[in-house]
Amino acid sequence: MIYREKVSVIGNIQLTDDIFDLNVKTKDIAKAVIPGQFINLYSSDESRLLPRPISVCEATGDTVRLVYRVVGEGTKEFSTLKSGDEIFVTGPVGNGYDVAFINDNFKSAVLFGGGAGIPPMIELAKRLTIETNVFLGYRDVLFLNEDFPESATVHIATEDGSCGTKGNVMDALAQSKITPEIICACGPMPMLRAIKKYAQENNIKAYFSLEERMACGVGACLGCVCKTVKTDEHSKVENARVCVDGPVFDAEEVKI
Amino acid sequence: MSVDMSLRIAGVKWKNPVTVASGTFGSGMEFADFVDLNTLGAVTTKGVASKPWAGNDTIRVAETASGMLNAIGLQNPGIDTFLERDLVFLEKYDTVKIVNIVGKSIEEYVDVAKQLNDTSVDMLEVNISCPNVKEGGIAFGQDPSAAAEVTKAVKEVTDKPVIMKLSPNVTSIAVMAKAVEEAGADAISLINTLTGMKIDINRRDFVLANKTGGLSGPAIKPVAVRMVYEASHAVEIPVIGMGGIASGADAIEFLLAGASAVSVGTANFKNPCVTAEIIKDINDYLERNGFESVRDIIGIV
Repeated sequence: MIYREKVSVIGNIQLTDDIFDLNVKTKDIAKAVIPGQFINLYSSDESRLLPRPISVCEATGDTVRLVYRVVGEGTKEFSTLKSGDEIFVTGPVGNGYDVAFINDNFKSAVLFGGGAGIPPMIELAKRLTIETNVFLGYRDVLFLNEDFPESATVHIATEDGSCGTKGNVMDALAQSKITPEIICACGPMPMLRAIKKYAQENNIKAYFSLEERMACGVGACLGCVCKTVKTDEHSKVENARVCVDGPVFDAEEVKI
Repeated sequence: MSVDMSLRIAGVKWKNPVTVASGTFGSGMEFADFVDLNTLGAVTTKGVASKPWAGNDTIRVAETASGMLNAIGLQNPGIDTFLERDLVFLEKYDTVKIVNIVGKSIEEYVDVAKQLNDTSVDMLEVNISCPNVKEGGIAFGQDPSAAAEVTKAVKEVTDKPVIMKLSPNVTSIAVMAKAVEEAGADAISLINTLTGMKIDINRRDFVLANKTGGLSGPAIKPVAVRMVYEASHAVEIPVIGMGGIASGADAIEFLLAGASAVSVGTANFKNPCVTAEIIKDINDYLERNGFESVRDIIGIV
């Protein structure tokens, strides 16, 4: 079930130059969230037609926390939302991570988050009951690194070396000497490609949350597909909808 | 409701004049959380071909001012899956079922039409106007004799009423409308999207993988209203109007211009509940202005 709700803003604070932290009070959405799912936010400007899909960072009680990067006019509008403002949303959308499968079949998990791909890793880390190591990749300024649950060990990589390992999340993984049993990752495509290569070479199960330009955001328009290895069950071609068949995919099943 | 919202298009009774534009609504399944499909005059499906089509590469969609571009490329699972899954789903609802059909050749259109003939489908909409596929689609939609040829070929093999969906990317919409009417079309629908382009100035490249895409949304509404007006004056068969309809007021504009019914497309992306709101607003307008039937306002300007 995807709900459409007019939600009220509880808070919207700036974390870095371009990263904002929006909390909204929902009726049904927060309770239904699975980590890795996203919410569509609708602009109040009639000239902006398409919803902006934003991954859920945390769902607590009836509150959904959305941490997003300002990349265009739509997200710029959201960055100006104030407590008490109301906004239309639909959600939660997508499959999300299979938390029970991960908890039941593995002793430890490694999560990777790169830049704007970091937020969904928080809710996932909160729900994992197994040993969890989180690798976060930043250009320079850190955000959300202190918001992970105590049960998760956070490792940091920065491109400029200002904090943690100088380099990317793979460099930080190498430095940690940790060998993942299962990987969950969200971030820019070069990071996901590097993780996929590493996972394949070491025979490690990996799941990715993918991003693609979306239009309807609910599975109808076929705008946001990714290429799949096998014929997709819904589309009957080698294409799956990122919005509702994903955004979480088995790394082996998608061509990235 | 004291106003009569019902009407007939090519002999098929619709409970109200509102359907959805092909490609924006799937086969209804994805919108069932937001809209009671029983309340729609008709559901018009995404284009169906004789075999599965993979469509274009991504990026397939881009927002523009009061509009959007798409170049999906008619990805669809093919007629077999449509019949087994989508049609079975739609049969649960009390609404007119219009199946949009696509082909890369006349034979492919004919093949899909034949396979739909002994089904519960109420009407066929023949897409000769998709700007995003090289073969088929638009190739038949910009030449009156080719459009007439597809119309005749489909009419020969089907007992269902045939709606020809026309492209706005033509010199004269009246000529196209007349060509398909003379070839036996039972109705026409217009407009499909206008061919457009968007360039990313930072990447210095086209936004869409297909370079061009179809422009839809409120940005194209005045063009659509004008073309519906021209087409409805050129032919006797009913016109289903579409192009940027996002409110009851927009829909009424099309009805006044000469559309017998309207399709809501891109607006479903902005508000997935919008169709229900449009139906209510048309009803309220008629009531407020003392009209007994929606049929009383069709083409009165």
